[in-house]
Parts: sequence; structure tokens; C-alpha cells
Amino acid sequence: TFCLGKNLNKYERSSRPQFTNCPTMIVMVGLPARGKTYISKKLTRYLNWIGVPTQVFNLGQYRREVVQTYKNYEFFRPDNEEAMKIRRACASNALKDIANYFTKEQGQVAVFDATNTTRERRGVIISFAKEKGYKVFFIESFCDDPEIIEANIMQVKLSSPDYENYDKEEALVDFLKRIDCYNMSYVPLDEEKDRHLSFIKIFNVGSRYLVNCVQDHIQSRIVYYLMNIHVTPRSIYLSRHGESELNLLGRIGGDTGLSSQGQKYAKALAEFIRGQSIKDLKVWTSHMKRTIQTAEALGVPYEQWKALNEIDAGVCEEMTYEEIQATHPEEFALRDQDKYRYRYPKGESYEDLVHRLEPVIMELERQENVLVICHQAVMRCLLAYFLDKSADDLPYLKCPLHTVLKLTPLAYGCKVESFYLNIQAVNTHRDRPTNVNVARKPEEALQTVPEHL
Amino acid sequence: MNVTEDSTEQCGNSLTRELTQNPLKKIWVPSSTNGLPERHISQRKVCMTNCPTLIVTVGLPARGKTYISKKLTRYLNWIDVPTKEFNVGQYRRECVKIYKSFEFFQPDNEEGLKIRKQCALAALNDVRQFLTDEGGQVAVFDATNTTRERRETIIRFAEQNGFKVFFVESVCEDPDVIAENIVQVKLGSPDYIHCNTEEAVADFMKRIKCYENSYQPLDEELDRDLSFIKIIDVGRRYLVNRVQDHIQSRIVYYLMNIHITPRSIYLCRHGESDLNIKGRIGGDSGLSARGKEFAKALRQFIQSQNIRDLKVWTSQMKRTIQTAEALGVPYEQWKALNEIDAGVCEELMYEEIQQRYPQEFALRDQDKYRYRYPKGESYEDLVQRLEPVIMELERQENVLVICHQAVMRCLLAYFLDKTAEELPYLKCTLHTVLKLTPMAYGCKVESVCLNVDAVNTHRDRPSNVDVSRLPEEALLTVPDHH
Repeated sequence: TFCLGKNLNKYERSSRPQFTNCPTMIVMVGLPARGKTYISKKLTRYLNWIGVPTQVFNLGQYRREVVQTYKNYEFFRPDNEEAMKIRRACASNALKDIANYFTKEQGQVAVFDATNTTRERRGVIISFAKEKGYKVFFIESFCDDPEIIEANIMQVKLSSPDYENYDKEEALVDFLKRIDCYNMSYVPLDEEKDRHLSFIKIFNVGSRYLVNCVQDHIQSRIVYYLMNIHVTPRSIYLSRHGESELNLLGRIGGDTGLSSQGQKYAKALAEFIRGQSIKDLKVWTSHMKRTIQTAEALGVPYEQWKALNEIDAGVCEEMTYEEIQATHPEEFALRDQDKYRYRYPKGESYEDLVHRLEPVIMELERQENVLVICHQAVMRCLLAYFLDKSADDLPYLKCPLHTVLKLTPLAYGCKVESFYLNIQAVNTHRDRPTNVNVARKPEEALQTVPEHL
Repeated sequence: MNVTEDSTEQCGNSLTRELTQNPLKKIWVPSSTNGLPERHISQRKVCMTNCPTLIVTVGLPARGKTYISKKLTRYLNWIDVPTKEFNVGQYRRECVKIYKSFEFFQPDNEEGLKIRKQCALAALNDVRQFLTDEGGQVAVFDATNTTRERRETIIRFAEQNGFKVFFVESVCEDPDVIAENIVQVKLGSPDYIHCNTEEAVADFMKRIKCYENSYQPLDEELDRDLSFIKIIDVGRRYLVNRVQDHIQSRIVYYLMNIHITPRSIYLCRHGESDLNIKGRIGGDSGLSARGKEFAKALRQFIQSQNIRDLKVWTSQMKRTIQTAEALGVPYEQWKALNEIDAGVCEELMYEEIQQRYPQEFALRDQDKYRYRYPKGESYEDLVQRLEPVIMELERQENVLVICHQAVMRCLLAYFLDKTAEELPYLKCTLHTVLKLTPMAYGCKVESVCLNVDAVNTHRDRPSNVDVSRLPEEALLTVPDHH
């Protein structure tokens, strides 16, 4: 027998495509200010978004918890016995937490973010992983461009808790001495000596990569991702199509054109974009009429992506929420119970959407300035990726019509600026109602439906 | 061609163009004043690259350059990037009708060098024609290109013509791999038709020697401004330098996922379904009685094959899952393997489609690859959806894929290098397993019919594909059903 509703993927012997058979430890390697934490956080965000439970374990944080106040670089001197003891204990605690994450919290990937610059330290990690049955993949960031290093320090180190009480010049001087402490004992990964290890060596922020012994699917995806990201400053603009005819009627899905307000928005968007004076802007739309009509008003070339099409509501396409409640009350309740995983009959789920949008995200990473004109559910998925939102939050992110979100990567995250272009539109956001039980009354189900004609 | 929908927007702005939906692909395009779709500057699909790309292989003989060239070309064409390979060895064989011995390749053989240079230039000329005049997007220049001087010539050529250059170098010193290479593809080469195995191997080894002394591998310092991937020991290690754009990034990803470990891929459809029997397309029905028999027969067949570490994949539709269940082994469900979405035509019979949507039915026959069902998909969409499946199939070893007719056609077209025109008409019958085994530069196919009766679901292209045709002409090739 099969479960009712394709949204419940609980067939006994089958499963989703396997990313990996056993937990994987990703181990960062590199001198300070080489982008290890940047890579760790970005990679973790990506893996979580595609459904691989991942967590960062940053050794610096463990150290800050033990040594409450940072004095100066001398803590990191290789001959500082007391500090060495503390640092080794921190590493050991981090590894214990990693084991806990894998066994008790169903984690699949742990990113061990530390310098790991000696073969000895890496040996300890490899033995630990071998004993527990974890795979190990090293990511080494190698950079000898002094400009990049200094920019790095300015962006993220000066604002670190370590340097709260320093002024800028002092902090820079101290940090450079800190790097020196590691430099002497630094043994980079070597293609000969380390030929049995699985790793990627990133040179000078991506101009060159050395990839050794990729073991499985997830490592292959990680390598592909790392080879596509860059640090060139740019902004990503996300917007929905202008208000559509079906929006006005409170109907979901379909492929209608813009309402008169929607057309006004398209023109306002053109003005806004011109006002932003964006260099080499790429414009992307879906294959649906409403996004294309919106793009047409910009008067610039645009690319159509089928992958950006709105979530397929299957049998519920073009219905109002009231009609869905009337014709499919159980489905409607199931959706409220788990909006991320719920799949419309003969349609899609948010989980399916994320899968379909992965190539879009990959290409967004490669690109520089891009304006993506898409749809509510699609925009929620993209936004969740950039702002590191969980699967639970994702389907309820607010993406109102006629509002442009400008995302600019900053330090370890993303700055968001919201621009409402002052063109009236209906509200299409339906919050989760209080009662999600299948036995609820229609009024309870329809409590949070936004107004429409 | 008739326009199926006319959208008249009251914009009050003469610069805003009206949109009409291309009837074949269901793509919205701005229309010109006479209501017909016009050629539009917006791209229809992801921009792979802004200008043509020249991929240049580098490496000693028997390092897998031609294997990589052909495989990469096949992959790029399948994902709709017009690609062609230009094998300089072939040009040489056309010029020097009969191969005598390795002495042709000796570095001090003036005459040999002259001919070889001419051949390279002739090949580059054809490359130029393909990329500039014939709409090609990627050309793979397959030759040893082992000296920096030769590579410089190519780079200058590319610069003059506005082509990007990406080098793919294969470095391998493992004597076992090289020997296997020679056995698999060199012995059968036209060059060695008249030699026995020992003679051929001896000659070929001397041929390799001719190149060795002057071989200048790509260097991370000296060649740091070039875009390239160095493949070391058949994929154990890669050095990737300066990837310039999307297509190069995809090429690198692909090359890093392929392997040469012997294995087989088994493709089959689900067992016959209830809707199959009724002659209805799509849907999500269960297996018929005969379909269940097939599932059992499949189990027996798989067991008899004694396959090591077999992975089994299905779609998320009931009929493939039911088929897999009978095997009694773990299997993975891929939504990407779901059958083509026939949109408004889901669960209809061909007779009903002809009745309700005669124009759609005709458009489909006119261009079955690009035709998209209203609110559904096209084969072209399917290929895009299946790309991650292909990528994972490349990574894996022994796999059995239980899927659907249109899906199987797409996968088969990838492995057997079929064109977009042939793809939608490939014969993928129910209850038949195709065993694909990579061999030399291609794929051996063994077709195993498991002797359980099933309806025929293959509909050939009828002779009359005109929109004005009679119903009988449209339904001429519909297979029998209840």
C-alpha cells in the first residue's frame, strides 16, 4: 500500500537520492585571514539549503569561550606552552561536539573551521575521523596576495570580539604578528605527500584549484560550488512580477498577464533600475507571462529560465484558497502542517522548488549584478538561501508584490535593502493559521487568507 | 503558423511590446505589429558563453584525449550546446593514405612535420568555419599539442577569430592504464590494420617516445594566464586554472565526474501499467497484471546478472516504484526521473488529444523534441531536468534505472549520441531491458526482452503533420489499445 498524498515520502525501503553514506568532516586549512571562515559559513549555508544538515565548528569561538579576554598575539606564539594546552583542549572539545552532532543530532556534514596548518594537527583529525567512520575532505585556502589579506583583515578581523578594545592600526599590527606565529610551522597540503587525502586547494581566491581524490557525490558538489563562488563586490536584486490579473482575484498559480497596477509597477521598476546605475546588469525572468511582461518594460535584454517558474499547484492551480478549502480540505490542512514538504497533488512542494532552483543559485554565484524577476514561492526559496533561513521559516518569508530586495554580500553575510516602489498591490501572503488540524472548521482554515476581489 | 493567444495590453506606452505565446514551445515572446512572433533579443535559455569556445586537448598519445573529446562533445550536444570535435589524426590519415611506421612522427622527419602542420592548420580552418559560419558554439581540437609553440599558434588563431580557449590536458604515467588504452583503441585504429598485436604495440610505444622529448606540460607558473584543466592519472587529481565562464565551469564539473572504471548501466521502463493498457498517456497508475509479472521477471534477470553493488533508481511515480519493490533491494527515488508532464493532455488517449487539441497534436508531430504540452513539458525540458541524473550516472558504477518512455529516450540519446530529431522516436519498449556498457569510444548496447507480453506504446511520426490534416491521417500511427 502507498501513503496518501505524495507529500509523505515514507516508503519503506526507498529514500531520496543519497548524498553520502556516512558523515563527512570538512576540515579547513590555511593561515589566518585566508577566508576560511567565509568559506565555512557560505558552504554551510549552501549545504543546508540543498537539504544536507551541516554545521560549522569554529575553533576561534571555542577559544574565546575559554580565554574570556584576548590580550594580544603572544597567545598564539608557538612557544607559549600554556596557550598551546588551551588550544589543544579546545580542538578536542570541538571534535567531541562534532561527534555529538553526527550521532545525536543527525548532522551529515561538519565543517571544522580552524587553521589546521600542521601535518600533526591534521593527523589527529584524520585518526579521529577514521576511528569514528567519518569521511574527511580538506579545503585549503592559500593566498599570498598582500592586498587581499589586508582587505580581509579590514572586513572581518577588526570587528572581531578579540579587537573590541583596540584601535584600527594597533589591531592590524597585532593581527599581522598573529599570522607570523603560524607562518613558521605552516605545512601546506602537498600533492605528493598528501596524495591519499581528499582535498581542494584554493589559490588566490579562486584563480587556481588543485583537487585531489574526490570520494563521493557530496564532495563533488562541494568542489563544484567552491569553484563557482567569488568575492567580487556586486548586488542581487530580487523582485516578483507586477501584480497579475489572477492576483487580483485571489487565485494562485496560472499564467496570466499583468493588471493595470502591475503594468505601473513594471514602469516604476524600470525607473528604479535606471536610478541604481548598475554596471552590466543581467536580468532574468521565468517562462511565465507576468514576469516577462515586467521585464519587457525595462527595455533591456533578459534571459528566461523555466526553473524560475512559480511552484506548480497541481490540481489547485488557479483556485482561490476558499475553493481549495471547499474541494480539498484535507490537503489544505496538510499544507499548513508542513508547508515546506507538502506537495500539491500532481504539483510541487517547496522542497521540490529548492531542488529545481539549485542551478539558478549556482549561476547567481558565478554572476555579478543580476535582477531576478520571479514569483512568491520562488523568491522565498532564493531569499532563504541568501539569508540562511531554515526550511520552517522559508515558506512564510514575506515577499510582497511591488517591492524590490537588494542583496549585497557583506563580511560573512548579506545586507538586505527593501525598496517598496509605491505602487498599490494586493497582499498575497497567507500566514499559518492557528488551527492546522484536519478536523478544523472552514473559518479556522480561512482565517489568514488575504483579501481579494 | 497561427498564434494561439493574443494579448492586447493597454499600456499607453508605445515602447511596451505585446506578448504572444510561441505555439510550439509555449514561450512568451514579444510580437511584431502583424501579431506574429518576432525574433527577440532576449535569450531563450541560460547564456552559456558570450563567444565561441575552442577546447584544446594536450597530452602524449594514449592518454585518453580522444576519449575525453568524444565524451565531452556528446555531453555538450546533449545539453544543447552545438559542439564538434576535430581530430587531427583523422586529417593526417586523409592526407597520408597509408601509415607506415612510427618514423613518420620522428621529430627530425621534415616531411612528416610539414604534413602534420598542414593538417593542424586544415583542422583549425574547419574549426573556424564551424564556429563562425555554421552556428557551432564549442569546437574540440583533439591533438597532442604537446609543445608550447604549437599551443601559441592555436591561441593566436583563437584571438584573431574572437574565440575563447580552454585547454584540457591529460597526464598519466601509469603503464597499466596506458597499455589498456592501447589495447582498447589503438590496435583497432586504421593505422594498424595490417599489423599484428605485438607489432602494433611496439610501434605505438616508439610513437609515444617521439613526442616525449619535446613535451612541455601546462605549467602553473608559465601558463598561469591560460584557462585549463590538467587531469592527472585518470582523475585522481585535477589542476584547474582560470575558469572564465559558465560553459567552462560546466565542462570542468563534467570532466571531474567521469571515470573509466568498467561498469554497466541498465535502463528499463516500469512494468506495463493500467493506463498503458487503455492507451492513455501520463498519469500515475499502478501496474497491470502483466506489469507485475515483468517486475518478477526483472528480479530474476537482475539476479542472474550477478551485478556487483548494483544501485537501483526509480522515479516518484507509482508504476516504477512498484516495479522496483519486486526486486527486494533498496532503491532511490528521483523526482527528476518522472515521466514527461503532458499538461492538459495528461491521461488522455491520442484519439482524445486529436479530438480536443488537433492543432497541438499536429505541432507536436512537426517538432516533437521542442514541442511543449500546454501547461506541460517538452523533451527539451526533460533533458534539462535529467542533467543531474546523467551527472550522477557518470559518477556511479553499476546502476539500474527504472523509468518511463520519454525519460528513457532522453537517457538513451545521451549514451548513444542521438540527435534531437531522433531522440523522441527512439524505440523503448515495455518489458525490455537495455544494458549499456562503455566500450572504446562509445557504448555497447544489449537489448534483453524479458518475454512478458505488453502493449506497444510507440507512436511513429505520421506522414502528414500539417495542421489541416484529417483525423485519420493524424491517428494513422497510434498503436493498438483497449
